[in-house]
Amino acid sequence: MHEEIIVAGFGGQGVIMAGKLLCLAAMKEGKHVSHIPSYGAEMRGGTANCSVVISDNPIGSPVVPHPTIVVAMNGPSMRKFEPRLKKGGLLLYNSSLIDFKPERDDIEVIAIKANDIAEDEGSKMAANMAAIGRLQAVKPELVSLDNIIDALKIAVSKRNQKHNEVNIKVLKRANSITA
Amino acid sequence: MSDQILMKGNEAVGEAAIIAGCRYYFAYPITPQNEIPAYMAKRLPEVGGTFLQAESELAAINMVFGASAAGARAMTSSSSPGISLKQEGISYIAGAELPCVIVDMMRGGPGLGNIAGSQADYFQATRGGGNGDYRVLVIAPASVQELADMTVKAFDLADQYSIPVMILGDGFLGQMSEPFTLPKPSGKNFKKPWALTGAKGRKPNIIASMRLTPEDLLEKHNLKLQKTYQEIEANEVMYESYLLDDAEYVIVAYGTSARISRSAITELRKEGIKAGLFRPLTLWPYPYKELKAVSERAKKVLTVEMSLGQMVEDVRLAVQDDAKIDFYGRTGGMLPVSEEIIRKVRSYGG
Amino acid sequence: MEAKTADFKYVYDRPKSLVDVPTHYCPGCGHGIVHKILAEVIDELGIRDDTIIVAPVGCSVLLYNYIDVDGCEAAHGRAPAVATGLKRVHKDKVVISYQGDGDLLAIGTGEAIHVANRGENITTIFMNNAIYGMTGGQMAPTTMENQITKTTPYGRDTSDVGFPIRGCELVNTLESPVFIERCAVYDVKHVLKTKRAIKKGLQNQIEGKGYSFIEVLSMCPTNWGISPVKSAEWVKEVMEPYYRLGNFRDL
Repeated sequence: MHEEIIVAGFGGQGVIMAGKLLCLAAMKEGKHVSHIPSYGAEMRGGTANCSVVISDNPIGSPVVPHPTIVVAMNGPSMRKFEPRLKKGGLLLYNSSLIDFKPERDDIEVIAIKANDIAEDEGSKMAANMAAIGRLQAVKPELVSLDNIIDALKIAVSKRNQKHNEVNIKVLKRANSITA
Repeated sequence: MSDQILMKGNEAVGEAAIIAGCRYYFAYPITPQNEIPAYMAKRLPEVGGTFLQAESELAAINMVFGASAAGARAMTSSSSPGISLKQEGISYIAGAELPCVIVDMMRGGPGLGNIAGSQADYFQATRGGGNGDYRVLVIAPASVQELADMTVKAFDLADQYSIPVMILGDGFLGQMSEPFTLPKPSGKNFKKPWALTGAKGRKPNIIASMRLTPEDLLEKHNLKLQKTYQEIEANEVMYESYLLDDAEYVIVAYGTSARISRSAITELRKEGIKAGLFRPLTLWPYPYKELKAVSERAKKVLTVEMSLGQMVEDVRLAVQDDAKIDFYGRTGGMLPVSEEIIRKVRSYGG
Repeated sequence: MEAKTADFKYVYDRPKSLVDVPTHYCPGCGHGIVHKILAEVIDELGIRDDTIIVAPVGCSVLLYNYIDVDGCEAAHGRAPAVATGLKRVHKDKVVISYQGDGDLLAIGTGEAIHVANRGENITTIFMNNAIYGMTGGQMAPTTMENQITKTTPYGRDTSDVGFPIRGCELVNTLESPVFIERCAVYDVKHVLKTKRAIKKGLQNQIEGKGYSFIEVLSMCPTNWGISPVKSAEWVKEVMEPYYRLGNFRDL
């Protein structure tokens, strides 16, 4: 197993944290992981992304020029990263906020109404959890749902631990969607 | 596995410095190493240490000079253009035989360049950007674990030889998070009878790099420094070999470039191509002898760098056979591409 | 020196903290005077065992050869940063940065302003002699208007290189310093005043009050190209009207 993932969105959508969550969960399973955020000037203008590598083997570059998985939480992110996906890769996008369709036909595409699900369960801040929950269902070999839920204890700051109940509800709900 | 934590390289350096007993940290903000000052600003007060944001890189390195002269373990960190500014102070610290740790998370240059990772500071790190016949012990880690472990070791080496030690990382290493285990303090204790502590019951201690008379003093001082450097060259060379026993093609790379080269080697081995990695962990002292021995058995030696050819000069000095040498580098914040390394090595076979 | 008889009383002696070595300073230079009164103050306050001095680049680079305390060199202009590092480690020691005009107001202006602005609990002795002595008489930031130096052979042209900078006034714009005073050493009366100011600066530090800045108008007969006597007069007649003597702050 070797996946190179980009999680992208605008600031405040928790994309960096979503990437960390995947890493922390995969660590528990003894997998090799790396996480690197976009930083500095790249961060300006309200968009953010992180590269995550999860692998059974030691990781070379933590930077991911051509991902095998893209999680796009908003329109600009999908426009930027869809073309970079490897052939046969997975594009998971937030159809609550993205009102256009992906262009490529050589990739797997999954839409999820992340904001709607999160709001429905009590917090629109948890849209990132909806995306991760769905991703786990599509790529179960990446990491288990139990370990994702367990990793929330470390990934979420002390200040925001109180939201974990909602986070878990959103993760589970998105995870149980059968497309 | 269970005691592993996930941290950015920059933060891991900060925590490792605290583990090593560093209680004085002075720095000026610059991307991509800003997590180090932020981490130290938060953590040092918790352990009774001092964090001070200096007014400039010059001030920061000279505050390190002062704290080190006072007998304390002190550190500063920066990125390439900031390190250029610190070079004056580094020369003075080397001249005054003071220990300290300097972290350089390299970024693209020259000039302002950009904030992505780079390895274009090899010259200014290993050749010294400051004036005079001096050396800085340079360690180039390739993972968050190694950043942490080597930071602890750097403080010991600095104290043992009373020299500046540089941790040479890059923006990618500093920004990336990886699982690692917190290092343990070495427990080594170094006496510093030269430290400025107030001259109670003794003659004054003077810390200076100035020796005005050339004949008997400055040259003598320099020869003493050289003796220390020879001792370091004899005892402190560090490197890693990966699949070199039967290697026909040796890739030489350090830091992030070495990670990428290792991935390429894994692919090449799958094709039955006998490639291996020689990874210097100390860039000064450089593992000349060890690389020479490895290269004698090899058909080709490919140096991979995030620069347009800096370490390759040391590889040439080691190998001493220009026909064997090849080079592949990306610069300006770009990473070497694994596929390109593979293509190059494949081409050596015919 | 130990031989005392009933007929004679000792009224003057070399300060204990002043090392008995031949001076390298020129006749009429102000550094020797200030070194001596600094040593006297160190004796009087009983802080020889607790003092660390930071010497600048300039004629007084060898300061640590004269004062019998722990000493440290600093790169040109960086004495305040080195002093900061020392003081942060040894909060209970007395740290003095001794700096010239090129050191403090040209190459080290940044460090000088920020050490004062932090209210670093150290004492700065700022020797202003309106010229670069060690390098052989070039323009200093404090060189007077029209003053001839090696690098202002036609006199300092303020329309070209600006006006002489007033250190005390500059430091006095900052909130943190607790003591700012400009002194001179051209006659006995002023030497004694300077000594009182230095003593106050060191006492402030011992009491943990914060940053003290003492500027001393000093003589450089060699590079000014005039006699020691004329030099003393020049400080009084040319420098003093521009660099007002007196206390600027005493909190």
